Amino acid sequence: MKKPKFGVVVFPGSNCDNDTFYALHKVLDYNVNFLWHKENDLKKSDVIILPDGFSYGDYLRTGAIARFSPIMNAVIEFANNGGYVIGICNGFQILLEAGLLPGVLLKNISLKFVCKDVYLSVENHECNFTKGIETEKLFRIPIAHGEGNYFVSDEKLKELEDNNQIVFKYSSPYGSLSEEFNPNGSVANIAGIINKNGNVLGMMPHPERSCSPVLSRTDGSLIFKALVNNIFN
Amino acid sequence: MYKAKVVITRRSSILDPQGKAVEIGAMHLGLKNIRNTRIGKYIEFDVDTTDRTTAEKEVNNYCDKLLSNPIMEDFDFTLEEVK
Repeated sequence: MKKPKFGVVVFPGSNCDNDTFYALHKVLDYNVNFLWHKENDLKKSDVIILPDGFSYGDYLRTGAIARFSPIMNAVIEFANNGGYVIGICNGFQILLEAGLLPGVLLKNISLKFVCKDVYLSVENHECNFTKGIETEKLFRIPIAHGEGNYFVSDEKLKELEDNNQIVFKYSSPYGSLSEEFNPNGSVANIAGIINKNGNVLGMMPHPERSCSPVLSRTDGSLIFKALVNNIFN
Repeated sequence: MYKAKVVITRRSSILDPQGKAVEIGAMHLGLKNIRNTRIGKYIEFDVDTTDRTTAEKEVNNYCDKLLSNPIMEDFDFTLEEVK
């Protein structure tokens, strides 16, 4: 199997770029390059990751300024040509601002920064980010955000549902999708979505923080492994 | 040169938990009649042109593409000629 090449974009204020590099390279043994936001070359990456952090200090709105960094022109073109892109937390916020995914992320309904493990139920087993993962699997993955309250209009929500674009929902440890397991007020407990073409994933939880057995959390690695398996095999 | 003053408001259909939290402060302050607090943004800047149409077009673009997010916010601005 070809060794996949990941590109991790580094914006001023990114702070999970090294965690992502560590998870993908040291733990999962993939090739990884950092991509400085002022560059416009994706270094022939197979998958682009927009990592978490506080790009541009979260000024104005989360992700609003990073979306105009020079490298984003290349990322948008790459995504529009079917290239795989994953935005994690602040990376998800940047994808929304860039218009690669629909909706917005508002302040958590509690107004608190929430940092804890959550459970995710996989709602779409057909996309390349999850295909092959056992259908009953619930992910245990950490979240760490103050603005993860996903919002779309009712009309757009229906479109997301009709197109099977909702990939992850916050759930109980047993898969219940009731409101009490929603950590931030997101519409329909949404934790992660894909675009219509299924090549761009945005999610608030941190798969890169649950890849290493040393941390006794490895569920996040299933997403990267599934993607690699599905696009290279 | 023009001075632009932009006000960005959150759409009424979007919840504003921050506004709600601030309103609790108003209640603690003893203010009994405050309702529907909603938090927006005020931004001002200069536009370095003498042509009003150019200025309006540029400010509109700035507001629409960067300063506000049309999914959740509306904007309004004024332009005042300055020397």
